[in-house]
Amino acid sequence: MNSIHDMGGMHGFGPIKREENEPVFHHAWEGRVFGMAGTPVPGGFRYAIERMDPVHYLASSYYEKWLFVKTQGLIEAGILTQEQLDDRITYFRNNPNATPPQRHDPELVQRFLADLRSPESLRREISIEPAFDIGDSVKARNMHPVGHIRLPRYARGRRGLVASFYGIQDINDTLPPGVDAQPQPLYSVRFEARELWGPSAEPNCAVYLDMWESYLEPA
Amino acid sequence: MPHEHHGSEHIQAEIDAALRTKALEALLVEKGLITTDVIDEIVRLYEQDIGPLNGAKVVAKAWTDPAYKQRLLEDGTAAIAELGFTGSQGAEMVVLEDTPTVHNVVVCTLCSCYPWPILGLPPTWYKSFAYRSRVVREPRVVLREFGWELPESIEIRVWDSNSEVRYMVLPERPAGTEHLSEGELMPLVTRDAMIGVAKVEAPQALQGGE
Repeated sequence: MNSIHDMGGMHGFGPIKREENEPVFHHAWEGRVFGMAGTPVPGGFRYAIERMDPVHYLASSYYEKWLFVKTQGLIEAGILTQEQLDDRITYFRNNPNATPPQRHDPELVQRFLADLRSPESLRREISIEPAFDIGDSVKARNMHPVGHIRLPRYARGRRGLVASFYGIQDINDTLPPGVDAQPQPLYSVRFEARELWGPSAEPNCAVYLDMWESYLEPA
Repeated sequence: MPHEHHGSEHIQAEIDAALRTKALEALLVEKGLITTDVIDEIVRLYEQDIGPLNGAKVVAKAWTDPAYKQRLLEDGTAAIAELGFTGSQGAEMVVLEDTPTVHNVVVCTLCSCYPWPILGLPPTWYKSFAYRSRVVREPRVVLREFGWELPESIEIRVWDSNSEVRYMVLPERPAGTEHLSEGELMPLVTRDAMIGVAKVEAPQALQGGE
């Protein structure tokens, strides 16, 4: 979807602010939110973030976004209710030293760690003949679906060259109901800066994007 | 605290976020959807075990072992796994080699995708709207802000991590470090160098005496 998250090329965000010796988490709650990432957000975590109101998106820190979409997703899926949540918030506001109830399961921790160490790749060992070869001239399709898509706006309609081939991989896009996401050839495509940014492009620069085959047409 | 916020509104937002997090954790634990020790362990792992030191080991090994370097550039995922670094956000790794004529820099404009198993969680600046919006359009200006002025003769390749492939830069080994061992090289390799926004510098003592 054409939302605020698709920021490549935008102006107006100012200089890049850096922090020396930055901690992994700035507040304990950020770590807890990160640690709860294992419970999936129904409908997809990233798509939920992309559907946030743009003003809210811009005003929220990274982990505030995580917390918001996780909570909303669980409420929308009927796993939690807003009343239950409000009730606990009131409780913790009135009891600042109270902590959430504890549950421990060392075996589950071990299973969890094993899963974490062997993440599932999107790569599929099936034979699909790629439509493009390395070196082919291609064009990113000009498409604007309302669902989740990994083709940034700044590249749509632009020409590039296939730089390498990453095998056959599942696609993450939200497809219309009833359409299965079939794995596709995935390529790395090189776009010259001038093709993307016109005369304002910096000299001797290029951007590489990962492109599923359905994002491309011959050029 | 992030530098840009100091207002009381922001402090209130932090208090609210902390309360909402407690409430969510309480409900998930009560409903049996999560356990306390899984959260504790994830926090511990990413605060203590999984960080840029992993990537630095990969780089130092590549600099001192040509056969390893070749494997790393041909199949990043497998070569990184040889050193024991696998995990979430690292299922498909591609390593980008800097040369005297080509420099690579990594971003994720749509989100904040980052190779967790070798670099840990991303710093705030990597997730910032400024970095995400600007580095694809004006990489030279951005690198200058990081203190690195690259001559126009060096090509800059910006890698926008838009699929589930994750990228890491193999920086150039600094001149003057030829006699250093893998273990001595490792501490020179910074997180920022593996993202592509900083050069690896030789230790002061080895830099040309000026």
